[in-house]
Amino acid sequence: MLEFLNQIINGLSLGSIYALVALGYTMVYGIIRLINFAHGEIYMFGAFAGMLAITVLRLPFFFALIFAMVVSALLGVFIERVAYKPLRKSSKTAALITAIGISFLLQNLTAMIMGNNTSAFPQVFDKQVYDLGGVQINSLQVLIFVVTIILMFLLQFIVLKTKLGRAMRAVAVDKDASVLMGVNVDNTITITFAIGSALAAAAGVLIGLYHIRVVFWMGTAPGLKAFVAAVFGGIGSIPGAMIGGFAIGLMEALVAGYGGTLISPYRDAVVYMLLIFVLLVKPSGLLGKNVKEKV
Amino acid sequence: MKNYLNKRNLITFALLLVIFFVVQFLIKEKIITSYMRSNLYWIGIYIMLGLSLNMIIGITGQLSLGHAGFMSIGAFSAAVALKSDPTLSGLFIGIGIGILISLIVSFIVAVPTLRLKGDYLAIATLGVSEIIRIVLNNLSITGGASGISNIKMLMSWPLLYVFVVLTILLTHNFKNSAVGRACISIKEDEIAAEAMGINTTYYKVIAFMFGAAIAAVAGALFSTTYYIVKPDSFGVSTSINILILVVFGGMGSLSGTIIATFLIGLVNIVLQPYAELRMIMYALVLIVVMIFRPQGLFGSQELSLKLLPNFKQNWFKRKEKSS
Repeated sequence: MLEFLNQIINGLSLGSIYALVALGYTMVYGIIRLINFAHGEIYMFGAFAGMLAITVLRLPFFFALIFAMVVSALLGVFIERVAYKPLRKSSKTAALITAIGISFLLQNLTAMIMGNNTSAFPQVFDKQVYDLGGVQINSLQVLIFVVTIILMFLLQFIVLKTKLGRAMRAVAVDKDASVLMGVNVDNTITITFAIGSALAAAAGVLIGLYHIRVVFWMGTAPGLKAFVAAVFGGIGSIPGAMIGGFAIGLMEALVAGYGGTLISPYRDAVVYMLLIFVLLVKPSGLLGKNVKEKV
Repeated sequence: MKNYLNKRNLITFALLLVIFFVVQFLIKEKIITSYMRSNLYWIGIYIMLGLSLNMIIGITGQLSLGHAGFMSIGAFSAAVALKSDPTLSGLFIGIGIGILISLIVSFIVAVPTLRLKGDYLAIATLGVSEIIRIVLNNLSITGGASGISNIKMLMSWPLLYVFVVLTILLTHNFKNSAVGRACISIKEDEIAAEAMGINTTYYKVIAFMFGAAIAAVAGALFSTTYYIVKPDSFGVSTSINILILVVFGGMGSLSGTIIATFLIGLVNIVLQPYAELRMIMYALVLIVVMIFRPQGLFGSQELSLKLLPNFKQNWFKRKEKSS
């Protein structure tokens, strides 16, 4: 039982990371129906930005976190303006291929500038392990939970209570009608990219701190899994992405913890199988709306 | 019965023989060095991969990001077969096994996933190729993460040439067959195709399996060319490398894919010492082509001599009208 609770805690901390990344996928998909393939790379970029802010700029951790989020948001906006905006009217395939190109570009640029090897992420906090009657939780996991929950509340506040959030929801429902209602669609899309990228960057900094290392390919697998989380929760739905992220994290931790030597090496494969399963059984996901095909 | 010995086919055949013997002569006289030859093998194998992916993306319009997965199936089948029988017959047995496995896997994958549309399909195929990679990473027969090394090198210009020409022939005939036309109609407008009585799922599955089988053959040739196969060399980035050939050459254009492969092969030779720069250039090619010329070099047109007389005719017609 204690072992089980420990796995749950591992799963939830991993799941927080996936949830933060999945939010970016789901918001961007909700608003312009594009799978932002480069999102995993923004997460990687955020981790590097955080590392450099601590080691080179000597910022304290929380300022480094905010710095990484701001820089990544700017990168997200830049990518949207340069690469995705010219393609908004062209085919979906073209936009997706461009996104793949951006992801490839960011990865290889990082590899060229920062080197192919892993870089150490500075240990700014001492890892303390708290024992709650046999259930162990460490200070970094607590930090990941706290930061994730604060960011999620902030996001919910922005989306549900502000004028900007209302504009975002309006564009997601009907772009043309929102133009008629005086919503600046271009700006709304840009801000959505900025928010999504900032969340991914926060996740990147947290995972860098947790694993004490960053490397240029670190975004690929979490990016894919976060996408699975977004689809599982219902792509386009913000609460769905949160639930999906935690679910994927838990599933991965449980497969790794209880799969034994036979199944646990396949924990990534299990996540991808879940994706295919969800797409077949309920493509709209847990909380997504079922969109009818119009002829 | 149709007469296959017509003028056009004979000229094509003669041309193929001439190309074969010219290159063979150049290799024999060492004008093509062994370094150039290994690049030639690369180009040949990637022409096969590009053409087979073009069947799925360009002809049928289904974006697949899992082509490296099927390539790896062929590569590992051939590697295992060549380990027990390091001769040409071993290679052919390996190719046969590879085709069989990749047909089975692609069928299992295709039937459910091809019901998905656009982006979802891309992600699902990507997931499948990751699953294949993870399975290969954990199987003992394929050597786990370190893969299989010291594979017998059997690659030669005649072998490569036969397979490349066969692939071109097969894909060309596929494109111009009734099945191919059905696939093109699915790409143009799936709903309209369905309304015209085309069983869209059926044709999508056929195109997908056809592409997967050729990718397996190319993978088998890959393993015997490069001595070593590792699951990690068939990851997402390999699938994207193949995708670039199709996108750059033009989706739906076979000659476009071939020319794009030659161009990128040449660039590879020039940029050999700067591996990272090469990857960055690949990425930029993808982005720039999509933004400025989303149809690629050739669009869905084929490069052919027929274009010229047509051009002449149209030119004169236009002149007549204007006068």
